[in-house]
Amino acid sequence: MPALVIVAHGSHLNPGSHDPTFTHADTVRAAGAFDEVREAFWKEEPSFREVLRTIESEEVYVVPLFVSEGYFTEEVIPRELRLEDWDVSLWDSDGTDADTATLTAADVDKTIHYCGPVGTHPAMSDVIVQRAESVTQNPDVGEGFGLAVVGHGTNRNENSAKAIEYHADRVREMDRFDEVNALFMDEEPEVDDVTDYFESEDVVVVPLFVADGYHTQEDIPEDMGLTDDYREGYETPTEVEGHHIWYAGAVGTEPLMADVLLERAADAGADVDEALDIVRKRTATPAAGD
Amino acid sequence: MNDSQLAALREAAADGVTRDGLSATQDDSGYTFVTPEVSHDGLSEEEFDALATENPWFVSNWHYWRGASETNEAFLRWVEHASELGVRERYETLVNGLTREWGELLVTTTLGTDGERSYELRHTADATTAVAELDSYHDPREAREVSTLDEDGRYRPLKTAPTLREGWRFADLDGRDLVRTVEFFYPATVANWYREQAGELDVSHFRETAERQTGIYSVIDDLDVDSVENLAEACCVDSQCLKRREWDEDEETPLDAPRGDGEFPCREPCSLVVAAARQFAVLEGEETRTYEVELTPSERSQLTDLVDAVADGRVDEIREADVGDGANRYRARYLRAKRLADGEFESLREKN
Repeated sequence: MPALVIVAHGSHLNPGSHDPTFTHADTVRAAGAFDEVREAFWKEEPSFREVLRTIESEEVYVVPLFVSEGYFTEEVIPRELRLEDWDVSLWDSDGTDADTATLTAADVDKTIHYCGPVGTHPAMSDVIVQRAESVTQNPDVGEGFGLAVVGHGTNRNENSAKAIEYHADRVREMDRFDEVNALFMDEEPEVDDVTDYFESEDVVVVPLFVADGYHTQEDIPEDMGLTDDYREGYETPTEVEGHHIWYAGAVGTEPLMADVLLERAADAGADVDEALDIVRKRTATPAAGD
Repeated sequence: MNDSQLAALREAAADGVTRDGLSATQDDSGYTFVTPEVSHDGLSEEEFDALATENPWFVSNWHYWRGASETNEAFLRWVEHASELGVRERYETLVNGLTREWGELLVTTTLGTDGERSYELRHTADATTAVAELDSYHDPREAREVSTLDEDGRYRPLKTAPTLREGWRFADLDGRDLVRTVEFFYPATVANWYREQAGELDVSHFRETAERQTGIYSVIDDLDVDSVENLAEACCVDSQCLKRREWDEDEETPLDAPRGDGEFPCREPCSLVVAAARQFAVLEGEETRTYEVELTPSERSQLTDLVDAVADGRVDEIREADVGDGANRYRARYLRAKRLADGEFESLREKN
């Protein structure tokens, strides 16, 4: 039976950074599609360098728990996993449609299916919607609501913005919310001006981040004017300039993320149909009143 | 030994069985059954069964080790001192438990029914603590929670730092779960230890690690060998990390910093060392200058007390009223009140 390795950033400073990784790994474990499921981190242990040698299976699916394609998924992870003959062209991606590449690693005798990151998988759009359902506690949220998908945005990596726009476009095409916009922390259109970009009175704001931390818990709430000092907290929703802002926090904490991990492995050939059913049932938004 | 173990041995004898002094084979002339104490050949099935029944430990011991992965088997056999103790001695000792230390983990192996092993894991400092006083866990994944924060609730970014909190035990683990639990506490240590045992540890020295870096970490290649020496002494000795450092500047240039006495090897600078190295590389980009500052002899030695206290992680141990200690808070505050203004020594002058 193959193994699944979830590779994530982790943190030297924030103990909560690895929580979503552990939670989603446990959901996948419980679904039983893999004999082994292991978490590995850039900043924690096991490191990308050493995780493959801890695995018994000879076939390993590696899924990056990262939001966009770029420096980490294209350069750091393949290098640190020692994937032989890796070249980003194997993904044949324009920045949002990486799929999978089957390779060997230099330090272990295994077949490695190196998958694109969860963040650019089409199923991620569903997680964003489910995040909106979770924060509003309304499984039918949409009508009368605007939705903002928020990314870091950075001039260093154009793919970072592409992933945000990709999902904003997809959610818009669902025709479920009155308005959908992509906003950024470091570039225009900026999340600071969220109320300028929406006519809807109610706006759900979903940051496309893997884990809650400095950006999602301190920066964005203060930038949007939910609070002057994040330590004092804020209501959900908070009234800002005549709008109700429903701030969702990092999308990566949504239980349905486990589904995207499995989808990535499925796209790479893993037999996970049953596990997908189990995970979807377990991570569904409870119906209203539950 | 139970009947299914015996049946399995009979079946396996056709391909030949050897394990810890037991040897069993079967061919046209019948079965053979050999232990360090008995040796018989040309046996009928009934005679073979009778001998096995007289030597049940050898049979159940063989049965236990079937099917384990190479790495797990090597580790679990090390855990029960299999290379030092024969089956008979081992079984006699396992009744009361055989122990091994792995970093701050204490592994105890005991014998279950029909030769099955049962493993317990706790902090080495809890060796004699009553079970009732320890929080009991059974799921290996819970080790992730136990190992995230230290005794004072501070985050432990380095899993092998000697700061594991006490007061817990993982009980009744089977072999696979023991290894999984150990690997959640100290990731990849079993795999790397096994490679080392097999003479196949793939060490990546500092220089090649530095050359591999990109982005904000590529600067660490600027550190010279003396700085790498300081880096290893700062971050990698036993007081900071329980792995035994096997990497050096490069293959030909060993570092003098103590490697440590740990059971498991460190095969390359870890992410924490790389992150620290980046900071040191940036700081080492500055040239030294000569300063003049007015201090009494006691104040000068107080500065070294302060550096030592921080470097040795002793700050929290210094008692509130122990004003005899140069790193005491009142002493430090007095020095600041007397000598510093706006975070700088008032008398400081840079000499040309």
